[in-house]
Amino acid sequence: MTHTGALCPAKMVGTMNRYSAFAVAREAFRDHAGWRRAWGNPEPKRRYDVIIIGAGGHGLATAYYLGKNYGITNVAILEKGWLGGGNTGRNTTIIRSNYLQDPSAAIYEKARSLYEDLSQALNYNVMFSPRGVMMLAQTEHEIRGYKRTAHANALQGVATRYIGPDEVKRLCPIIETRGPRYPVLGALWQPRGGTARHDAVAWGYARKCSDMGMDVIQKCEVTGIRQAAGQVTGVTTTRGDIDCDKLGIVVAGHSGHVADMAGFRLPIESVALQALVSEPIKPCMDVVVMANTVHGYMSQSDKGEMVIGGGADGFNNYTQRGSFHHIEETVRALVETFPMISRLKMLRQWGGVVDMTGDRSPILSKTPLGGCFINCGWGTGGFKAIPGSGWATAEMIARGEPGPLAAEFGLDRFAEGRFIDESVAAGVAH
Amino acid sequence: MLTLTCPYCGIACDETELSPGGEAHITRFGPGSSDQEFETYLFQRENPKGVHFERWRHAYGCGKWFHAARNTVTLEVYGTYSAQVFEPPQSVKDAISAKLPDWSWRGLA
Ligand SMILES: Cc1cc2nc3c(=O)[nH]c(=O)nc-3n(C[C@H](O)[C@H](O)[C@H](O)COP(=O)(O)OP(=O)(O)OC[C@H]3O[C@@H](n4cnc5c(N)ncnc54)[C@H](O)[C@@H]3O)c2cc1C
Repeated sequence: MTHTGALCPAKMVGTMNRYSAFAVAREAFRDHAGWRRAWGNPEPKRRYDVIIIGAGGHGLATAYYLGKNYGITNVAILEKGWLGGGNTGRNTTIIRSNYLQDPSAAIYEKARSLYEDLSQALNYNVMFSPRGVMMLAQTEHEIRGYKRTAHANALQGVATRYIGPDEVKRLCPIIETRGPRYPVLGALWQPRGGTARHDAVAWGYARKCSDMGMDVIQKCEVTGIRQAAGQVTGVTTTRGDIDCDKLGIVVAGHSGHVADMAGFRLPIESVALQALVSEPIKPCMDVVVMANTVHGYMSQSDKGEMVIGGGADGFNNYTQRGSFHHIEETVRALVETFPMISRLKMLRQWGGVVDMTGDRSPILSKTPLGGCFINCGWGTGGFKAIPGSGWATAEMIARGEPGPLAAEFGLDRFAEGRFIDESVAAGVAH
Repeated sequence: MLTLTCPYCGIACDETELSPGGEAHITRFGPGSSDQEFETYLFQRENPKGVHFERWRHAYGCGKWFHAARNTVTLEVYGTYSAQVFEPPQSVKDAISAKLPDWSWRGLA
């Protein structure tokens, strides 16, 4: 997945293949010799107009919309590891926008609607699958909570609806709705929620960024942020110093560490969140189900694996592994909800370092350092937000001020007590 | 599994026996403080990649709160100590310095 080696062209501007059925047919007649690299492997230049730290989905989408919406293409995206190797390539890919608060609904629904035709926009199949997402109500409180969210969503123009247990069973026959401990009483249903292929989202954006002339630079860790008179002037990296006019920090779990280089602190704590997948089985579930009371959620990948979201550690760490006992807690909850999976073997388990804020909402903000902007705090649920977040962050960087989508998510909300409280919108981490 | 020794009852506890309590040695600001002090107390966190001082409660044991010095990257535990102190004891700081001579934490080192 990382691209090094002499064959790799440094600059990719305009040299990209357009992917189409016609191109596949054409290449079939010439031993597939005409496929070019999807993105370049350039050496860092001395200076860029904008540097984005972090080539996860949010960093890449920010760069893409800087080019597409504002014509800013003298941009480098610096990544310490490989493309999408952070949380973007480690998440369980649930996409939904059924949030309670208006600012959240706005940015998540913007993202969800961009996902609808992202494959066409990027000319790259991100496998967006709007198969429907249901969040089970298993207590009286959840019923009331989800009915309230459904009403809020109706006002926000987000298509969701509260459904009863019979419809839950009809949409997902493998659910045990009768309990015994927590019978399914209903669910919040978002028919156009779903999943997408996580790597493809990172790769699709990277390919377009590269095609616009931007430099996606992997294996380039930022180790310092340089400044003069309160303005950012550039970064120090493992591949030398690079100057810039504007800087975007988009590093998820590592935000506190990188903010420290810029000289400010964040209201963020990093913890490991884990996920696991089972051996592949025949199709048995064509919706995403989240069971917040027993704390587990599951969907089935196109390969047939059951994709399961696990728990987050309760203590700060950067291990990309997670505590062992969460696996048992998660699997126990899911066996209760889906008894038929009790004999399944789990194939893989992994973790990502997620950036948690106090109100469980993200931060899209100017920072105390001039010219330096930050996008972080997506915590356990930012995959779904990638296109909308990139859109809003590009606007903020291009104009120097947050636009309507980002305005409410500033760092100042903590001092002002103006929280966007989504901690109860989803009891489970995803 | 993370194992911490409770400094009160001396038992080596698995993390499942403990409740994590977040960053330690935070100064509590209340009425009369500036907005910024209050925000710092409530929300701003060190969140370091490295040495972390933190609170734990021996929830399924003696019930006491205590402090631990732990590395957030390697999960190495440098020591545990009483919660009734404003900063880590010298022995814990020495244990950290022996492994990481350049460590730092706000005003403590
Ligand atoms: C197990 C798990 C399950 C999840 N499930 C879901 C889900 O179902 N739905 C959902 O919406 N969200 C989910 N999430 C959350 C989602 O994955 C994240 O919110 C999102 O991917 C964050 O994207 P990002 O681009 O901000 O961060 P990342 O993808 O982590 O990218 C940040 C990048 O910055 C790089 N970086 C860090 N420091 C430096 C440095 N100093 N120099 C250069 N580069 C640096 C990192 O290497 C990394 O590649 C889940 C997360 C996890 C861990």
